[in-house]
Amino acid sequence: MVSIDVHDASVDFPIFDAKSRSLKHTVLGVVGGNVAANARKVVVIEALRGIDLHLQDGDRLALVGHNGAGKSTLLRLLSGIYEPTRGQALINGRVAPVFDLGVGMDPEISGLENILVRGLFLGMTRKQMEARVDDIAEFTELGNFLNMPLRTYSTGMRVRLALGVVTSIDPEILLLDEGIGAVDAAFLERAKGRLKALVDRAGLLVFASHSDDLLKQLCTSALWMEHGTIRQQGPLDEVLDAYAGREHVPSGAD
Amino acid sequence: MSSSSTTTPDSAAAPTAAAPPGLRPPGRDFGSTFRDLRTGWNQRELWLHLGWQDIRQRYRRSVLGPIWITISMAVTAIALGILYAGLFGNPLEEQLPYILVGFIVWTFISGCISEGSEVFVANSGLITHLPAPISIHVYRLVWRQSLFFAHNLIVYAVMLVVFPQPLLWTDLSAFPAFGLLVLNGAWVALLIGIVSTRFRDLPPVTQSVVQLLFFLTPIVWIYEDLLENPNVAQRARIVEFNPIFHFVEILRRPMLGMDQHLHNWVIVAAITVVGWTLTLLVMRRYRGRVAYWV
Repeated sequence: MVSIDVHDASVDFPIFDAKSRSLKHTVLGVVGGNVAANARKVVVIEALRGIDLHLQDGDRLALVGHNGAGKSTLLRLLSGIYEPTRGQALINGRVAPVFDLGVGMDPEISGLENILVRGLFLGMTRKQMEARVDDIAEFTELGNFLNMPLRTYSTGMRVRLALGVVTSIDPEILLLDEGIGAVDAAFLERAKGRLKALVDRAGLLVFASHSDDLLKQLCTSALWMEHGTIRQQGPLDEVLDAYAGREHVPSGAD
Repeated sequence: MSSSSTTTPDSAAAPTAAAPPGLRPPGRDFGSTFRDLRTGWNQRELWLHLGWQDIRQRYRRSVLGPIWITISMAVTAIALGILYAGLFGNPLEEQLPYILVGFIVWTFISGCISEGSEVFVANSGLITHLPAPISIHVYRLVWRQSLFFAHNLIVYAVMLVVFPQPLLWTDLSAFPAFGLLVLNGAWVALLIGIVSTRFRDLPPVTQSVVQLLFFLTPIVWIYEDLLENPNVAQRARIVEFNPIFHFVEILRRPMLGMDQHLHNWVIVAAITVVGWTLTLLVMRRYRGRVAYWV
């Protein structure tokens, strides 16, 4: 039973400046009475506020919104990386977050080893990954380069490898955050096919992107984030149109 | 600058689920603390692999590879053994094994403490990108230190051939002793790791304290020798207040076939219980905050 239940969840980031991020001030603060209240004051960024969201098996949700609207933070909330500061987020299912293709990749080890490590990070077992290595190798077209350390790869080759691994897994909850570029066009076409197959395997998808084209291919519903809150949620076309419409309104309204 | 009316969700279509009952501060209970430790443990395949990778990484492209761990331990122990045997006027066959075993144990302990202070900060990329229990980073650290320990045991094995020690069956207590060291290494790394992720002054403080502890712990100097000297015997007893001393003793004594003292074991057991209790309390409260702080 794959599901995500978020109830009135908020995510606040404490921003410790150099002063408050030190033991000295806290220690002195405890002793110092009134000064303490000021010294301990920590700036907080409210990244998400009052998020209510219920997703279940089969949902294909697109996330849209301006830069800094809270899309990535929401994905991290849904993945369980950030536990909500207030409210609740209940996640049932194995989460495969694909936020940054490079994370967990080690430049000093070979491509093959990176495939294994990346797979383990995404919740696969060693056996499962060994069974998929050939498939991934074929897809990436890297050939003998797979035995070379990753630092010898070009950016495009790294993306190929990362995409190859990511699209080979069996996630229950798949969270995608843009970042699919820097690949040559022909390869991207093939990657799209694999991406679609991956999404079909996944029980639940949340996909943040600025590309209407991709969103329309992969998603059925959409959620529009603005200033850390949900602005609108509904069928894909409706929300995309509303979002695009607002985009076109002269900036006076903002 | 923007109108604040947009802050409320104005969508009629928002399918708000019925509020789950029993709203408590999320994740701040012992249940999720133990779940973190358990699921982290279940991801052994990952951190066992990463721990190995860390070691191979450090010596990648060197001809001898991880054997360098063994070699540098041997060089240090032999050099210090000869030096201090000369300085203290002790026989080499007594001083060198004492320093070597002390050093091997110390390397494990200090590794857990000083690397513990950076265990989450150093992994901030992984922590903010992949939803994993925070404990896997600590398991990886302790496993890596255990691998260092294993490499250093080769020097110990050679030493046993050159300078045979009067080992008895009771000296098998070295195994549970190492188990206790591992158990304590884990809570120390978790605790220091969490606190120093919040307070970034702690890592340098930790490094200094660890360095100081090295001199306060009988590793290059022999505690018993001081006790025989009436001028300093009283002052030397202060060592008993150094917790690291007891950890070194429970492992060094069996490894050198020396008489074992029960009080060392009792103190270590007590520290294990108190330390884990404290760590679990801190984890319950702050485990979820680590991702925000890194």
